[in-house]
Amino acid sequence: MAETTIKEPAAKKPANPHIENAKNIFKRLKKNKAAMAGGILILFFILVAVIGPYFVPYTAAEQNVLNKLQGPSAEHWFGTDQLGRDIFSRIVHGMSITLYIGFFSVFIAAIFGVIIGIVAGYYGGKIDTILMRLMDVLLAFPGILLALAVVTILGASLNNVILAVAVFSVPAFARIVRGSTLAVKELEYIDAVRALGAGDSRIIFRHILPNVFSPIIVQATLRIATAILTAAGLSFLGLGAQPPKPEWGAMLSDGRNYIFEAGHVALFPGLAIVIVVLAFNIFGDGLRDALDPKMKS
Amino acid sequence: MSNDADVLQIQDLQTSFFVDDGEVKAVDGVSLDIPKGKTVGIVGESGSGKSITSMSVMRLIRNPGRIKGGSIHYNGEDLLQKTEKQMQKIRGNKISMIFQEPMTSLNPVYTIGQQISEVIQIHQGLSKKDALSKSVEMLELVGIPSPKDRVKQYPHELSGGMRQRVMIAIALACNPELLIADEPTTALDVTIQAQILDLINELRRSLGMSVILITHDLGVVAETCDYVAVMYAGKVVEYADVHTLFKEPKHPYTVGLMNSLPRHDMDQDELNVIEGNVPKPGEMPEGCRFAPRCPFASDICTNELPDLMETEDGNQVRCWIYSEKWDGDPEVNVKNDYQTARSQ
Amino acid sequence: MLVFTIRRIIQAIPVIFGVSILVFLMMHLVPGDPAQVIAGEAASQQTIDQIRERLGLNDPIPMQYLQFVTNAIQGDIGTSIRTGQPVADEVFSRFWVTLELTVYSMILSTFIGLIAGIISAVRHYTVTDVVVMIIALFGLSMPNFWLGLMLIQFFSINLGIFPVSGWGTPEQIVLPVIALGTAGAAIIARMTRSSMLEVIGQDYIRTARAKGVKERIVIYKHALKNAMIPVVTVIGLEFGTLLTGAVLTETVFSINGLGRFVVESITARDFPAVQGSVLVIALIFILVNLLVDLSYRFLNKRIDLN
Repeated sequence: MAETTIKEPAAKKPANPHIENAKNIFKRLKKNKAAMAGGILILFFILVAVIGPYFVPYTAAEQNVLNKLQGPSAEHWFGTDQLGRDIFSRIVHGMSITLYIGFFSVFIAAIFGVIIGIVAGYYGGKIDTILMRLMDVLLAFPGILLALAVVTILGASLNNVILAVAVFSVPAFARIVRGSTLAVKELEYIDAVRALGAGDSRIIFRHILPNVFSPIIVQATLRIATAILTAAGLSFLGLGAQPPKPEWGAMLSDGRNYIFEAGHVALFPGLAIVIVVLAFNIFGDGLRDALDPKMKS
Repeated sequence: MSNDADVLQIQDLQTSFFVDDGEVKAVDGVSLDIPKGKTVGIVGESGSGKSITSMSVMRLIRNPGRIKGGSIHYNGEDLLQKTEKQMQKIRGNKISMIFQEPMTSLNPVYTIGQQISEVIQIHQGLSKKDALSKSVEMLELVGIPSPKDRVKQYPHELSGGMRQRVMIAIALACNPELLIADEPTTALDVTIQAQILDLINELRRSLGMSVILITHDLGVVAETCDYVAVMYAGKVVEYADVHTLFKEPKHPYTVGLMNSLPRHDMDQDELNVIEGNVPKPGEMPEGCRFAPRCPFASDICTNELPDLMETEDGNQVRCWIYSEKWDGDPEVNVKNDYQTARSQ
Repeated sequence: MLVFTIRRIIQAIPVIFGVSILVFLMMHLVPGDPAQVIAGEAASQQTIDQIRERLGLNDPIPMQYLQFVTNAIQGDIGTSIRTGQPVADEVFSRFWVTLELTVYSMILSTFIGLIAGIISAVRHYTVTDVVVMIIALFGLSMPNFWLGLMLIQFFSINLGIFPVSGWGTPEQIVLPVIALGTAGAAIIARMTRSSMLEVIGQDYIRTARAKGVKERIVIYKHALKNAMIPVVTVIGLEFGTLLTGAVLTETVFSINGLGRFVVESITARDFPAVQGSVLVIALIFILVNLLVDLSYRFLNKRIDLN
């Protein structure tokens, strides 16, 4: 039998495939005008969250009861609420809360989801069955229900909402990562790498993680949109951020009480949610199109 | 210029795709006549425009593609002037088509019988029952055993060769005058390939139809075609009867294609592939499109696009070597000198 | 098919088991003594002891779980602290309203979503497609409670066409159903469109056109049947989202349904009521998913799944 040796790639150093790939993705992303608009909007929102509060005329808590429930005017662009607070200023102040909830809850969910997904997909067998059944159990609580259950247990607060939203996003990450891990594990070159003596951790970190990165990013972007909506819903129900925090869902809850005399109190915080969620959704769509290997040709 | 002997006359056909990067001229001024009762092969690499030509004949070019100009006369009538409704009466009825991918060309959620019956019901107005018994006949005609059982089956229950036979049955169910076969055997096993080609040939003779056979395989052409058009980068570069083409190929590209065939009569170390690639749509050379890959290319070739010229034997070639304006070696013989020119 | 059905039901059992454990544990995961939490801060030690005795909180946890499951199977999912009524009665008296709201919204989103998705796919590369997809993106990005508030403001307060709240009369049904169904319609439209586009690009669609089949029939006979297969799954999943989305819609429109009951129970720290409602909703969702899987399989049975 002929002796086979597997050599490391030739000394000639080719361009780093990951960097080349990232360049390609960015090129495709740039072509997608909607996605670019979404991305730029997100950057703008981050900017607003960071420096916006220094530029708006009022603080989030500044009351002026004599001037309550006023409609939009030059003085108060989005009008005032039941305590005479400037709604525009409060929305700008609330931007950081919304983005904080979105990014942080998805970040936590992604970490746990990726670990569970990779462990389940890579090791398979009983571990896989147990972990995935656990995910199935979590998925059996549809929509906002799991978040409601978590808030019931932990009590109503902003941080608990983040945790609740994170828990409810974990299964989505775990499933996607497990799927990608299984697909990568089946590739022949992983066998070759193993034959070269690479250990589990090297295979996971060098070969599997980079490959599941794209679907994670797409999922994370779209999940941020869902997380913001869910968190706003919980706050609207009085189970999340508590007044007087300028959280948009909580502001909407206030607005509901004054909908007969001052519709604008509910209008503007809702519009703010729509625009931020929309930005993440179109950016996520664009990323998926740019990253989806099926679309490559 | 109407000619009773031709079932189809394509004149200066231009089909383009309008994508983000601009216009891609997939078919750029193709003219081709299909004589009655004959088989005409269209040969070329992928991207040469051969499939788009046939889809244009069927008027099945979809957005973002569009037929920009030219004419396609079928029995004296220009298909490009017909309404979509009129075209629907022609497709599957007068002009039929079979495709490269038998595995995916049948609808997975309908039975074989339903799919053959459909075309019969549309064009011949038969009842469901009559159409089904005609379907059984058609399956018998294309050599499918126990056709009565087969009509009740779904595509996934049949092999690739069987499915291509079903496709042929659908295509021939209404006795078309012209059958367009787009790489009908590429996806099949070698033994099945020969069977399918024999079947098409046999049915062509018995039903008296014409066939356009699109292929990248010169071996298939040699066995089945009467005439051959060689396409390159959206244009016909050579048109000849099959004997002349193989005996006396004129265009350097044709010669290149033939040299790249594996030969049984010679001891070869490697296949002689044509170096380089078909030019990308946005990077079409100014002159002859084959010039960048042509071992004979001279100044005029890179600067000016040659016309399709009539040769002494009545065939056609798009190459400066055969024109009075040729500025290269006047003694050149494309077929004999190709290898030497190539190695230089 | 029968084998598949049985296998699929068996697969659901561990999930139901897990759900019951999780719901059971809810009360024990609450920081502090469950009896104290239920009785409230100001309760006397005597009351707390009584509650502990009544709920069997002195038993070991596995025993308590066993009791919980046994009771649940017999239809006893605890007693509401707030109302003193059995949770099962409270849940089922409100359940029909929520189910109605969910089913109507489901019908609306499926109907609108399918039509919009098909139009968008058929008009690919046209302004129509772009416009429909932009509307869908907005629908997807809108909180249903905010949409509800805006609908109330415009149609109830400004125009006075529909009532502000309640459930039962046809006028009362319109706004909540639109508020709840919009996001689902958007999701189904997007899924239908991408599924249709994928199918329209398939070789067998080209075959149908080459046969001379009319474009309308190509779309509705040849493409739609294939495209519907993945859409059915999405519609099934939407059911769960709508069922829980009702929590918010019911709050906005003051509808006395299961969703509002859950929220009120959470606010009142009425744990048995929350537990019972969550358990019922999760079980219904598992059942719906089971039915969706079976219908998917049924639609798919003629297709080679390999």
